[in-house]
Order: sequence, then C-alpha cells, then structure tokens
Amino acid sequence: MNHRAVAVCTAALVSAVALTGCGGDSGGNGGSSSDASGPITLEYWAWAPGLEQAVALWNEANPDVRVVVKNQAGGDDLVTRVVTAAQAGEAPDLVQAEYQALPTLISNDVLADISDHLEGTGTAEEFSEGLWQQVTLGTDALYAIPQDSGPLMFYYRHDLFEEYGLEVPTTWDEFADTARALRDAAPDRYLTTFSAQDAGLFAGLSQQAGAQWWTTEGESWRVAIDDEPTRRVAEFWGGLVAEDAIHNEPMYTPAWNQALNTGEQIAWVSAVWAPGVLASSAEDTAGQWAVAPLPQWEAGGNATGSWGGSTTAVTNDSDHAEAAAKFAAWINTDPEALATMVREGGIYPAATAAQTGDALAEPPAFFADQPDFYEIAAGVAEGTAPAAWGPNVNVAYSTFNDAFGSAASARSDFGAALAEVQNATVADLERQGFRVAG
Amino acid sequence: MSVGAPAPTVAAGTPPPGDRSAPAGPPAGRRPRRIALLPSAVLLLGALYCLIPVTWVLIASTKAGRELFSTFTFLPGTGLWGNISDLSAYRDGVYWTWMANSALYAGVGALLSTAVSAFAGYALAMYRFRGRESIFNVLLAGVLMPPVILAVPQYLLMAQVGLAGTRWSVLLPVVLSPYGIYLARIYAAAAVPRDVVESGRIDGAGEWRIFRSIGLPMMLPGLVTVFLFQFVAIWNNFLLPYIMLSDDERFPITLGLFTLLNQGASAPALYTLVITGSLLAILPLIALFLVIQRFWSLDLLSGAVKS
Repeated sequence: MNHRAVAVCTAALVSAVALTGCGGDSGGNGGSSSDASGPITLEYWAWAPGLEQAVALWNEANPDVRVVVKNQAGGDDLVTRVVTAAQAGEAPDLVQAEYQALPTLISNDVLADISDHLEGTGTAEEFSEGLWQQVTLGTDALYAIPQDSGPLMFYYRHDLFEEYGLEVPTTWDEFADTARALRDAAPDRYLTTFSAQDAGLFAGLSQQAGAQWWTTEGESWRVAIDDEPTRRVAEFWGGLVAEDAIHNEPMYTPAWNQALNTGEQIAWVSAVWAPGVLASSAEDTAGQWAVAPLPQWEAGGNATGSWGGSTTAVTNDSDHAEAAAKFAAWINTDPEALATMVREGGIYPAATAAQTGDALAEPPAFFADQPDFYEIAAGVAEGTAPAAWGPNVNVAYSTFNDAFGSAASARSDFGAALAEVQNATVADLERQGFRVAG
Repeated sequence: MSVGAPAPTVAAGTPPPGDRSAPAGPPAGRRPRRIALLPSAVLLLGALYCLIPVTWVLIASTKAGRELFSTFTFLPGTGLWGNISDLSAYRDGVYWTWMANSALYAGVGALLSTAVSAFAGYALAMYRFRGRESIFNVLLAGVLMPPVILAVPQYLLMAQVGLAGTRWSVLLPVVLSPYGIYLARIYAAAAVPRDVVESGRIDGAGEWRIFRSIGLPMMLPGLVTVFLFQFVAIWNNFLLPYIMLSDDERFPITLGLFTLLNQGASAPALYTLVITGSLLAILPLIALFLVIQRFWSLDLLSGAVKS
C-alpha cells in the first residue's frame, strides 16, 4: 500500500513537469523560435498605460514579429526584477526603463547595444540632443530609445495670481520675490512647497542649473552632486524654506492634495505630466490653472530639467535583438503609435515631431482655458538640459530623502545635506567596486 | 489578522467574574482588580491598533476618488458601488482574474502542503528510523529561515528547469512547508496515541490503512490549522510571485494591486481602486476563517483515550 502511494505521488509530479513543458512556455527566449524564417515573438515588460493599443498596431502590420506586452509595476522595483531575471537568463526581449535606471541596467550587463541595428535609420534626429545623450551615455553605443519625457514647467493658479496682483516669475529671483509677496498679501497661503521626498524633481532643477551628477572619466566615475550648480539650487530653496517663504512639507500626501485643492498652495513646479496629477488631487480647481515656462537662472534663457520619463530598451537575453531594436525605434517615432499612446495613456512623447503633432493639438482637459498648453510645452522641451545618471541613483535618492527631509523640517542649511548626499553616493560606488575619480 | 483581533475586545470588557475566585483571594482587596485593569487596557489598545487600519480600509473603500483625501477620514463616502464597478471594468476585469489566481495558488497550494505536512509529520512522529532526528532538525532550521530570502534562489532554480514564469513556479515552492510539517509532527505525537496505532496493527491493518482511518481523523484539527496558516501565507505572499511571474494574467491579487499602485510617474496612482481591491481581497480570508473555525473545536472530542 505504501508503495502505491509513493508511485501515485511520483506520477503526479512527473506529469506536472510534463504539463508545464507543453503549456508553460513564456515565449521570447525559447530556442524553438531561433529559426529566422518563422514568425517570432518578442516579450515586452512595461507599465505605461496605453502601450498595448499601440503595440496592437505593430502586430497588425508585422505578423512576423509579434510583440507581447506584459504589464509590470513601474519604477525602481522593476529594475531589480529585470536584473534578477537577467541573472537567470530569463529577461524579456524589451523592457521599459526610466532614464536614471539605464546606467544601473548597463553596469549589470542587462541592456544590449543596439546602435548597429539602427545604423543609418536617422533615429537620432527624431529626438532632442539632451534626451539622446541620456540613452547613449555620451558614447557611440545606443542602449535604449527615448519614449516619454518630463520637461519641468511652472504651474500656477491664474485666478489667485490675479487676485493678489502677482506676476508670473520668469527668473528664480522673481520666483523668490513672488513667494515673499504672497506671504505678505495672504499669510495663510504659500506659493509652493519644497518636497524633500521627491529627489527626481530636485535632480531636474539641478539639471536646469547645469549640474552633471554622474560623469565618466576613462574607466572611472566622477560624482558631482555637491558642485557649483547644484549648490546654487540647494541654497536657493533652502533659503526660501528657512525664511518661511515657501512650505516645507512633502508632495503627494493627502495634506498636499488638500492644500492644492483649497488654494493653500497656489503654484507647483512640476513636469509636463502635471495635469493628470492635478486632475486627481485637486479636482475642484479645474480650469483655474495655467502653465508657464520654468523660471530661469539667467534672464531670457530657455533651460529646463526633466522629471520622469522613460525609454524602451533591448536586453542581452533577446534572441532577436535586431527585430526588437526595430520595434523600439518604431513605437517611439511612428506618429500613429505615439498618437495612440498620447490618447490612451496620456504620455508626453519624447520624439520632437510628435510634441507638436495632431495628438497634442488640444490642451489637457484640466487646462481647457489654455489652448496653447502643448505649444508652450514644446518650446520648453527644446531647452531640456542633458541629464547624467550613474549606476547608483537609488542610493543618492534615498540619502536625499533622509538628509533633505531633516534639513527641510528643521529649516536648516541645505548645503550640509547636499554634502551628505555626495559622500554617501561616492562611498556606495566605491563599495560596489566602481572606480571613482576625484 | 483581522479575524483574530476581536477576541481581545471581549476579554477587555468588564472585569471577568472569574477574577474573584483567583488564588489571590479577597484579602488583597483592590490588587487583583488593578492587575486586571492593566492587561485589559493593553489588550484594548492592541485591539484598536489592529482594527483601526481595517476600519480605514473599510471606510476608505466607500469613498469616490474626489472624496478620498478631502473628507474626514472616518466619514463613509458614497462611492462604494462606483469603485467596485470601476475595479471590475479596469482592463476588462483583470482584477477578477487576479482573484481567481490567488484562490488557485492559495487553495491548491495550501491543500498540497497540508497533505505533505500530514504525511511527513505523521511519519516523523510515529516511526523510528535512522536519520529521523537529523531530518527533523533540518526542518527546524527551515522554520527559522524566512521564506523571503529563499525567493531569489528559488527563482534561479526554477529558471534552470524552465519553469520560471509559469503557475508551477509559484505553486511548487509553497508545497513544502517546514512549519506545517513541524506542526503536524508535534500534533500527531500529542493527538495520536501509540496504543491505538498498536492495536490497529494487532488487528491486522496495514500502515496506510492505520494512517487513513486512525491517524488522519485524529490529526484533523491540527491539519486545519496548517491549512489555514498556509492559505493565509500564500494569499498574502508577495515576493515569491513577484520574482517568479511576468505575465499579469497569472498574477495573484497582491501583485496585481501593486501594479495598480505603480503606474509610473506620469500617471497618478489608482488609490481608490487599490483600496477597494484590498478590501475585496480580505473578504475570502474572513469567510474562510468563519467556515473553518468550527473544526478547531473538534480538538477535545477526537483524541480522547482513557489511560
């Protein structure tokens, strides 16, 4: 009797494995599809809403190269997930990756250099130089195609600006004066807040000032977080926080939603995707917002930084890197594909032509009163400063949250916090075994 | 968690009459009262601590998107049905696919692991064989090992045999539960008397028959516990499916809700959907506890042998 039980169990296990063998193929990496003539399947891990509809267009036009989107949770966690999968040789053919994640993925040997596959296609000309530099890391290689971008702009409540007789600031000095003037006119309101929980925004503001946080020098990294441009930005915001000209509570909290909704905060420095956020967190204020270019350090300049944005990259595990590269270029430059993503997912395309295309002719519903919303955005996007990311952005960001968090709540010196971020980032790079210059 | 919590509130009511007959006796006067007051207060606090988040989920799920952050926290909103239908409509009802997946992983996984625990626990408790103690010690070490740190090695192993990304990759690792085997062994040793097993042998029953007809019924309350523990653990498991699965048609509910929360910087997180989804996700657990609870009371009746 005992033996029979064992036999049954073994049989069950064996059939389980056999079953999986037939039904469980996850596609993409299977050896069976290496035959060049047959139709191939590309697996694509992504989170952008609306992507599936755009991919459907491709699949219709290219029956030989079928792309399957597998929806993932976005952000930093996906980077970890992809690196783990690549270690097991199971990474998908294509991944969506944020700009700042690219060096991490490259240093873990996850991403393929697709420059050869796209040679002579003119893909580079479709994008602004600042974005293209982020996907090549300033080398001859090409690791990803830009998908969407988040140029920083200045959002404000036009009704309240009018009520208090405020001018839209064009320089940061005017910005500071506006903040002070508002405090004088309405002590219960703030112009905006400095959020110590959003390192991405601070990074964007620093890029505008000309910061290049990570650069390579031969075989070693140079970290310049605590350098002149970033210090300027940190001191500026730290000063405003210290004199209580702006608020010091983080963004994306219920309290912040409340403050935007009630007009306790009347402006927001944010990226081009802000309308979507405002629509959900400050629903009552629809139609009362307007957008302007980001205040400048030099009067008359047109520089901005980026907050957010992502790319499409091809992995080393892909058996069909060339087809995957062609797809990545197509989905991020084809007008119809981009229009679909704009319509379905509300992304702001990275491709320059699409930024003034038909899909963006209408302003976002939340900014119905400002028909030239996307014209302004396209003008701002032209001046997007290049960003320079390194392999441990996550460490810099989490140190930023801690150091600036306590500095902001104590209204103390931001310079010391910045030095802390610099030191922690360098120390972590060295611990990981990278060579660090300087 | 939510189901275990109400118990302290009952204990925390008025000072139980049983206290009066406590050994301390009447001369101590106020002392036993004060002792009872402090634990009651602590338990009450504990109950609040456990219940407030559940209450929050319950109330927040009734709020429509615009009410979520603008109305008073514990004021019920008006959007419950709207939220549920939004959730059901999201990407053609993928939420219910996740729910079904969770039920599959937790149901089948917990059943299989209970079966394995029953076999292994019974064998370890009833038979003497060489290496028994070392097997048991290895299992004990497994109990101390948090499953989280095993997830990545398990993923690499699954990838080796080509199972990564399949449903099996989530099911197989949970089948062997060291804690379940440990519990089943302890329970079998305590609840299945050797005398009964011996008399079964004398009457000529085979080992399988003895296990099935004598051991299994006596172990049932213990096995129900193992099943519940495993079911809840698998239902709430996040990291293992997160590492193993890439196809969102196979996601369990924990993972699905996580994707709703992380839609990238440009899309606002779908808070109302996630909150409503979390509420619906704990309902099956509560129902399971209520249904299965009665098996626990078998305890006293099933294992009685007069000696």
